[in-house]
Order: sequence, then C-alpha cells, then structure tokens
Amino acid sequence: MTVRVQEADFDVGAELGHLTDGNKRIGGLAVFVGLVREMHVREGYHRDKVDALTLEHYPGMTETALREIEAEANRRWPLEATLIVHRYGRMEAGERIVLVAVGSPHREAAFEACEFLVDWLKTKAPFWKLEETPAGEKWVGAYEGDDAAAERWEKKS
Amino acid sequence: MKVRYFAWMKRTVGLPEEEVSPPADVTTVGDLIVWLRARSPGHAEALAEGAAFGAAVDQRTATFDVKLAGAREVAFFPPFTGG
Repeated sequence: MTVRVQEADFDVGAELGHLTDGNKRIGGLAVFVGLVREMHVREGYHRDKVDALTLEHYPGMTETALREIEAEANRRWPLEATLIVHRYGRMEAGERIVLVAVGSPHREAAFEACEFLVDWLKTKAPFWKLEETPAGEKWVGAYEGDDAAAERWEKKS
Repeated sequence: MKVRYFAWMKRTVGLPEEEVSPPADVTTVGDLIVWLRARSPGHAEALAEGAAFGAAVDQRTATFDVKLAGAREVAFFPPFTGG
C-alpha cells in the first residue's frame, strides 16, 4: 500500500514495475491515469478554453484521506498491491494528474477496486482545481456526477 | 487554535490561516463559524449561512456539530474537486 502526493510528474511504467516487482501472486493489474483535459467552459455568452489548472491541496490531511481510502479498498477486495500517486501544483492540458493502480490475483477485484479508489478520491480527498482560461482564473465547482459515482460504493457496503 | 482556509475561501477571507482564541462558549465547529463571521466582511462572506463549504478538525473531515474540545487546527474549504 503506497500513497504519494507530489508536485512532480510520474513515470507510469516505472511505477507499475515497482508495484509488481517480486509479487508473483498478482494476476491482474488495473490502472487509471487521470490527465488534465483541454476543456471549454461556458461563462454566460462566452466560451473559454481551459489551458492549465492549479491543484491546491491540504498537506497532511490529503495523505491521511488517501491512506484511509486505500485501506478501505483493501478491506473490501483481496488486493496484493495498491498505489495512489496524486500531483498538486500547476499542470497544463495533457499532463498527468493522478495514477491509481491495483494488483490482485484476479481481474474482477482489480477493476472494481481501481474504480472505487478513483471515485472516492475525487470526493473524499482535499484537492481543489483552479482553472486558467483566457478570461482569468476560476475555481471549479463540485460535479454532481462525482458525488453520484462515489455514492454507489456506499450502498454496496 | 489555528484556523486554515482553502481554495476560494482563502481569497475571500484574505488569509490562508490565523491563530484564534475563541471564548469558552464556542464549543462546536458551528459555534466557531458564527464567531469567525464577526472578524471581517471577508470572513462573513466566506462563512456565510448557505455557502457551500465543509470543515475538518485536526485534519479529519468534520460536521458542524463536532466538538472543538482540544482541537489544534480547524480548516474550512469548498467541496473537493480533485482527481
């Protein structure tokens, strides 16, 4: 179980290599990589292109929250390896923001736990996105779809 | 205790954190919110009734009825938008 919060980019191949090295009980590795998407946000009559964003977080609480989410995934599924790497700071469109990787003997647990981790970290870890558009900076509001995605795992437990 | 503000709340309040010594009758997160509102117009706006924000006590998410007893750090922030 590993959680890292860092400003620097990460190397997906190297991270996955470290995660599975020496553990031959892993039969499947599910991986999610979140990227900064180039978006067009509508503000009244204007449409602004989002070129970059700055991700603010709450040092200390972020790591605690991510470790708790990771522990919860390990309680729910038989997992051999979990990794969450989350970046903060300024990132441009196309850059990687987050890596979630889950190794399990079987693929079902790996897929489900990976999806669970992504859904919960979006709503339970203290990160805030500030988008840069040609018209200025704008704090991103919470997305109801994220709450619904996180909620469905509450019902399962 | 230390009070911290994040994202847009930090800008509205005008500072990222401050040391405060609330009176003894401020016993819950909700009491603290009401007490902090009187500190400045920025505080009043950021912590306004009906504004969408949450709280943490000693770095754990807390509802407004949570007791402050012995808390070292209370944080206020908008809904999370990571990932």
